Amino acid sequence: MQELSLNVLDVAQNSIRAGADLIEIRITRFVSKNRMTITIKDNGCGMTPEQVQKVENPFFTTRTTRSVGLGVPLFKMSAEMTGGHFSIESKVGEGTLVTASYVLDHIDLMPLGDMASTMVTLISMNPELDFIYAYQTDREEFCLDTHEVREILEGVPLSSPQVMEFVREFITENTAQADGES
Amino acid sequence: MKSLAELKAIRDKMQSAVNVRDGEENKIRVVIGMATCGIAAGARPVLAAFTEEVAKRNLSNVAVTQTGCIGLCQYEPIVEVYTPDGEKTTYIKMTADKVARVVTDHLVNGNVVSEYTIGNIGK
Repeated sequence: MQELSLNVLDVAQNSIRAGADLIEIRITRFVSKNRMTITIKDNGCGMTPEQVQKVENPFFTTRTTRSVGLGVPLFKMSAEMTGGHFSIESKVGEGTLVTASYVLDHIDLMPLGDMASTMVTLISMNPELDFIYAYQTDREEFCLDTHEVREILEGVPLSSPQVMEFVREFITENTAQADGES
Repeated sequence: MKSLAELKAIRDKMQSAVNVRDGEENKIRVVIGMATCGIAAGARPVLAAFTEEVAKRNLSNVAVTQTGCIGLCQYEPIVEVYTPDGEKTTYIKMTADKVARVVTDHLVNGNVVSEYTIGNIGK
């Protein structure tokens, strides 16, 4: 993975597979605290404590086609190699919360990358699900909630190209502004 | 900050356009492998290029979708094209740059781009 937004895209697929209909992706990037935190929260089927323990092991997967699963281990590594932390909290029937935190000035921190593309991919490929994307910095914060978007759209499909283009611009422009680049 | 208000204009514009949808069974399906292996190999820009190109050309008979790991991780990004005649074509090591040609040659004109297929590269 070349950027963290790809890890987010990958790990969010697990939430989709878990049957979630609401997936919340929240990023806080506080230069003042030298920390960035990414959380992915879903209301999917959840995991037992035993499964949670095993899921960080690359040689565990619930898939039957092969015995390797690298999504979570790669995400975990991306955080821990910056001196950050990684955790998974899950309850069967309630959902899962994945948290990765990063030390911002560490040389091994990968760029967050193109979160707009990650969100556009997730939303356009899963228009029947709801996503919340929130981004917060020391300066500002913004949030995109597909439930809210859907209400404004009054039946116009969420996945239509014009709407997806808007979502991309919304995230790109507001991220730049929150980062203080515009 | 950009606000959601602009969405209303998009909605009003689109509500006036009547959408005639083709039956699902007559659609060409473009399936992109989006598991860890696909994403790490660069599937996200490939998927974006397909949706963009299909939207630009207004190809209402094409559905772009995703799948998990196809099982040939070394050939990712993999794109499978299913045409209504039951044929399946597997394109491997795809890049965003190759997408325009697959769309024009294969999806629009029905000619498989054989130099990008698994039969040609994957030896």
